[in-house]
Amino acid sequence: MSTQIRQFNLQKYGALIVLVLMIILNGFITPNFLAIGTLWNVLIQAFPVILMALGMTMVIATGGIDISVGSTMAISSIILAKLSIHLEWNFGLSLLVALLAAGAFGLFNGVLVGVFHLQPIISTLILMVSGRGIAQLVNDGVVISFYGNRYTDMGVYRIGGVLPIQVVMIVIAVAVVYFLVNRTSFGCYLQAVGDNGRTARLTGVRTTQILICVYLLCALLAGFAASFETLRLCSADPNNIGNNIELDCVAAVAVGGTSMSGGKAHVLGTVVGALVMQLVTTMVNMNNIPYAYSLIVKAAIIVVALYLQHRKD
Amino acid sequence: MYNSEEMLLEMKGICKRFPGVVALDKVDFFIRKGEVHVLMGENGAGKSTLIKILTGIYKLDEGEILFDGKPLNPVDALDVQRKGISTIYQEISLIPQLSVAENIFLGREFRNKGLIDWKRTRQEAKKLLDDMGMDIDVTRPVESYGTAIQQMIALARATWLKAKLVVMDEATSSMDDDEVRVLFSIIHRLKAQGISILFISHRLNEVFEIADRITILKDGVRVGEYRSGELTRLQLITKMVGHDASEILSQATVREKKRFPDYVEARNIRSGVKLNGVNLTIGRGEVVGLAGLLGSGRTELARILFGADARDEGEILIDGAPVHFRLPAQAIGKGFAFCSEDRKVEGILPNMSVRDNMLIACMGKVNRHGIVSPQRQREMVQKYIDAVRIKTPSMEQNISNLSGGNQQKVLLARWLCMKPDLLILDEPTRGIDVGAKKEIEELIREIASQGISILLISSEFEELVRNCDRLVVVREGHNVGELQGAEINEENIMRVIAQEKKREAV
Repeated sequence: MSTQIRQFNLQKYGALIVLVLMIILNGFITPNFLAIGTLWNVLIQAFPVILMALGMTMVIATGGIDISVGSTMAISSIILAKLSIHLEWNFGLSLLVALLAAGAFGLFNGVLVGVFHLQPIISTLILMVSGRGIAQLVNDGVVISFYGNRYTDMGVYRIGGVLPIQVVMIVIAVAVVYFLVNRTSFGCYLQAVGDNGRTARLTGVRTTQILICVYLLCALLAGFAASFETLRLCSADPNNIGNNIELDCVAAVAVGGTSMSGGKAHVLGTVVGALVMQLVTTMVNMNNIPYAYSLIVKAAIIVVALYLQHRKD
Repeated sequence: MYNSEEMLLEMKGICKRFPGVVALDKVDFFIRKGEVHVLMGENGAGKSTLIKILTGIYKLDEGEILFDGKPLNPVDALDVQRKGISTIYQEISLIPQLSVAENIFLGREFRNKGLIDWKRTRQEAKKLLDDMGMDIDVTRPVESYGTAIQQMIALARATWLKAKLVVMDEATSSMDDDEVRVLFSIIHRLKAQGISILFISHRLNEVFEIADRITILKDGVRVGEYRSGELTRLQLITKMVGHDASEILSQATVREKKRFPDYVEARNIRSGVKLNGVNLTIGRGEVVGLAGLLGSGRTELARILFGADARDEGEILIDGAPVHFRLPAQAIGKGFAFCSEDRKVEGILPNMSVRDNMLIACMGKVNRHGIVSPQRQREMVQKYIDAVRIKTPSMEQNISNLSGGNQQKVLLARWLCMKPDLLILDEPTRGIDVGAKKEIEELIREIASQGISILLISSEFEELVRNCDRLVVVREGHNVGELQGAEINEENIMRVIAQEKKREAV
């Protein structure tokens, strides 16, 4: 019994322990790490991964995966820039269209998985590859930059001059997704679909609708993250934005304790997982360690997380 | 006919225990050379456990196995195959995309200088199938042929592997009559070559046609071994599911025929080879039993009624108005509820709490606008934990940690809390211990007394006798009779199932 409790805690708090260890480690080796400015920066940089990993958590909890989120970012980013900068549309309208484009991607994924029962990894591979192609075609593969534009303030806005807008958005997004997963019928249904799809169907869960909604939400979060990244960076680069971000998202979910085969969704675990991933990147950057090392360290963390999950099974 | 008394397989005193159940209790089982031996028994009789021990999937706890005079200590499936026992499962273990020839010789390919000799492979496959009286293109993928042909390809592989014993587990369950005919002619050829066949089927006609001997298991115990000719259908069924006459007598209760207002009607339901035009009516507040042997189409009918599977033909009416359910969600909307026979595969949500498992079907009722009210949820769950007497340390407990009986109670509560009009129960007491069985049955009667209609499916006829107002008896996807009031007893059920079909009375 006592080993059972210990394993359970390791399972539940493993990611948190790793996070704390990394903060302590960075406190010693990374110059100025514990300065408040650095901490804000870590969160600002983690913003897209956290938002998208939240969507990924729901997708993975249904037993699926969405590897097209990076391309969804690209399409939203370039559409936002193209409409609001080149065509000088109203910003709100541009943002709406950018989100609609992301939503269309999500719908496409959801229909393939939910209606046609294609394997999620293959379904979303289609847009992972072609979505970026479409994004590149929007502006012939050329980056749209807009330094000194009136929109750019939004991406670097700090409430009271201190609290970055991204941090506020992270808090809101986490709260909303946490509520959705743990406090609504929808949240229970999506976890039921991942835990035992046949039972879910036999108990009246409309599995097709649930799957479509989940992929839609995942894509919308990607579109939203992309829009803000575009403003912060003052550029829309369809070739590079969100490259490999799906891997960080999946890794964050896995490290956070959500089972890859579906079932229970650990929303807060995912947030911790995303922060761990970001800290690895930050640590490597700020200590002038070659980037390649961060990839290897991330891989090691994923292996450990999966090992812990596997032990539970 | 190769009629030898020489033993090929001797399984003696086989015992196998699982946590909480004795699956096999000192079972003896013998197969002679060149005979077709049918193993019969209802759900939970121990057939599949016995087969799994023979084929090396389970380890036996006690007993010994002699094969061809030598002790057989099955290590794993491959080891058993090498020793001369080939198994053909209902779900065929061929690789659908590979050609017929490739499948037959898979793992034992003819080689020529390290490369596969395709010409020889094709020739040998062709020859093998010709010998079995089959003329098919061996270069086409296996998936382009029907189940019957696929079974025969599997048989061809078995003969080529020099199998002395071929185990066929419900090989015919998805075949039509013509396909069965072809399969049987091949079985006769194999027999003539001295190969023994262990055959499992629930279709009585087939059993009497193909069997030389029959061994019957019931509740993990061997009832007996019989020559095919020495048993009548009624005797066979009685041995499989029945009790002694004295026991039956003691249970007999006088009951009246009651009239119930019309509620649900299913007309002429057809689906594949499993249902061939079944009719069923259920009255309001009535407990209708669906009686029949395994494979009679009971479960299929229940699933179609609930919208879980599609039908080919037929209509379903509620209060005289036709309904078309494409999804269980729609049936649930009309007040239907369904407990599947397979609790693990499609009953529980294994990694979720007792609370979520119980509320999944009535989220709409307990949550307001889709938002969880923890207090209302707790009240509802506690109410049903008390009402159906679920033993669990807490409602947040993972359901997988509960015993089978308590899991089943959670599933019953799942449907009770949505206040159904019709509750369909497929084998509700299967795989749970005796005490819990009694409790579940009490619950069923309690539910019925609240005016909820129940469709009860059970392999245990005494369970049907105890609980049903009316019994609809099905066999091979047809209605074969109905019992009401005082007619309801085990003997009558068996008699109805056993009666010859007219077209077979030749």
